Amino acid sequence: MVSKTWLRPLGLFLACLALALAGCKGGQDNAAPAAGAPKTGELKIGFLYSSAVGEAGYCWAQDQGRKALEKMEGVKTSYVEAVKEGAEAERVIENMARSGHELIFATSFGYMDPTLKVAKDFPNVKFMHCSGFKTADNVSNYFGRMYQARYLTGMVAGMMTKSNLIGYVAAFPIPEVIRGINAFTLGVRSVNPQAQVRVVWTKTWFDPALEKDAAMSLLDVGADVIAQHQDSPGPQEAAQQRGKYSIGYNSDMARFAPKAHLVSAVWDWAPMYEFIVKEVRAGTWKGGRALWWGMDKGVVDITPFGPMVPKAVQDKVLAKKAELVKGVDNIFVGPIKGQAGDVKIAAGARAEDKDLLGMTWFVEGVVGSVQ
Amino acid sequence: MRLTIHKREESLGWGALVVYLGALALALLLCAGLLSLYGKPGLGGLLILFRGAFGQSYSLTDGLAKAIPIFLCALGVALSFRMQVWNIGAEGQFALGAIGATWAALTFSGWPGYILLPLMLLSAMLAGGLWGLIPATLKLRLGVSEIISSLMLNYIGARLLEFLVFSVWRDPASFGFPMTAEFSPGGLIERMAPGVLGKLHWGLLACPVAGVAFAVFLSRTRLGFELAASGEGERVARYAGLPYGFLVLLVMGVGGALAGLAGCIETSATLGRLQPTVLTGYGYTAIVVAWLARLKPVPIACTAYLLAALRVGLEVMQMELQVPWSFGSIMEGAILLFVIAGQFFLTYSVSLGRALPVCAGGAGETAATGEARP
Repeated sequence: MVSKTWLRPLGLFLACLALALAGCKGGQDNAAPAAGAPKTGELKIGFLYSSAVGEAGYCWAQDQGRKALEKMEGVKTSYVEAVKEGAEAERVIENMARSGHELIFATSFGYMDPTLKVAKDFPNVKFMHCSGFKTADNVSNYFGRMYQARYLTGMVAGMMTKSNLIGYVAAFPIPEVIRGINAFTLGVRSVNPQAQVRVVWTKTWFDPALEKDAAMSLLDVGADVIAQHQDSPGPQEAAQQRGKYSIGYNSDMARFAPKAHLVSAVWDWAPMYEFIVKEVRAGTWKGGRALWWGMDKGVVDITPFGPMVPKAVQDKVLAKKAELVKGVDNIFVGPIKGQAGDVKIAAGARAEDKDLLGMTWFVEGVVGSVQ
Repeated sequence: MRLTIHKREESLGWGALVVYLGALALALLLCAGLLSLYGKPGLGGLLILFRGAFGQSYSLTDGLAKAIPIFLCALGVALSFRMQVWNIGAEGQFALGAIGATWAALTFSGWPGYILLPLMLLSAMLAGGLWGLIPATLKLRLGVSEIISSLMLNYIGARLLEFLVFSVWRDPASFGFPMTAEFSPGGLIERMAPGVLGKLHWGLLACPVAGVAFAVFLSRTRLGFELAASGEGERVARYAGLPYGFLVLLVMGVGGALAGLAGCIETSATLGRLQPTVLTGYGYTAIVVAWLARLKPVPIACTAYLLAALRVGLEVMQMELQVPWSFGSIMEGAILLFVIAGQFFLTYSVSLGRALPVCAGGAGETAATGEARP
């Protein structure tokens, strides 16, 4: 009788053993090769993501780019997700370089120093670092001009707001986020000079509950359109719950809040990644470069509009988009004033890329501080 | 017939090793099963894990380098746990250590390494130690639970670090990104032998020094004995005339200093500058390590290394098998859980046999479980 109590764990134990053995047998063939040289002709490409891929958001969008590469002939990709910036990133990049990856995409700002450190030891491996500012002989950096898509979504928000107060749930006060808020605000005020954009920092990249709360606090003070920078759909849900509007980011967020979602500013890394891989193949890839592509090359875009966006609004935004697609980008052309009304970019002057990449001030119309 | 559980009268000795290995084997088997369910090679996956953790000279040095901050923090919390003072604040003390070291590195950046590095270590240990003294003082003066206050100080420490790198210490050349300038060469803890020993750096030396000091202090000094005696509880200690208040301050201060030391080493040796990403939860890992190792220095060193090696191996497994990140967390959790559960068998023995029921319900000193039903 006692045997029965023992049978259960024993059975479970045996089941695990059987499963493990079965898996081992079945998987032996496709087990990853040990560290060593890649097969001739096959290009092994590695990706590092700062958070789990999940089903929406920045890393998900990056992973779509990776999957596009996977469709190219002779390309094999692998990824490691949720890699912490710092020592862990250095180890993962090094492991990738050691195991025959010839091209490595480090897709988060915090991987910059680790990438450069590893690159020094692996001169034959090519490294692409996203959103940073340092390069080396075998390290180039790349990014997309997301601010162009932000500007367009700002136009939508500016025309859809009734309270003239738009809430922006912002991630960290770094140039990329500040630049996005500024472009968004310029878009808002290009169609609605009275409107203001109120910023709340969550200091998170993914925290659904906190980001939702932050959106709620903006709705509480009268915002009727909510924009966001983080990966989570929290702010979208908050807007829908209160019967207000929302603007998504990173990937199409319509399905999280179909009644609220006006439009999303989205990444499409596929064209850029395909270009880089073709360069590597052709032997024309170079280190020490900075690729910063815009809407003209399809790296950034906006999604289709929600059904509540009137035709007139859509037309106006699409007209501006057509300009950007042609490569005409006048978003950060003066006169542009700072929050205090002081002129930051003089009339007719154009902000240089290095100013945009290091932007730490808000334009007029933003309510909030850059701390 | 019943399953009966007795408290062991003699310790298991070498049998403990069998218990640990058994628990580890069970956990790994479970993980292999999970991998197979996910459509990946089960035992093959374990082999990759093992190879990633121990298979190459660089895997060994990577694991060792990663174990340094975990070991120092664990030693610090173990010291206070020994007298039942629950210091959950290693993470915050680690942050303050990083801040203290960075302050010295940025302020005296022109100084040569042989002056600057000791200064950084000192200011890091001071900052971490003082941060540890806050909950100790609150406990002694106001009776505030050190569990809560040390935990809360972790968040404050992390925010303080963030504030500094986002504002006053932000490198003007960093395009507005939250990081300080790189430390001058004098402020960097160098790697021992980059070609041979990989990422292993001189910070490793701090571990044997701290470990031996810890062991000697506890076994050879009067204060160490008093500390052990105070582990019986505050009232006992005070009744026996032991300087309980002083001991609380001592363990929290020294524990904080050790975590601060870890913060300094991690900042200087692996990042070379201060960034918010220096905080990756070593202070919390340390608590698990200290407990698993039953607060003894040599087991702490082994556990810290094994846990670090496990994490290094899991990274390799994630890359080679293309399994999600959460798989690594699940495996780490499963292994820790099995090993902790296995510790039960160190204190208790389970036997089959007729037990005399203590009362009708079968509850009592010898708790009976698993009564077979027909």
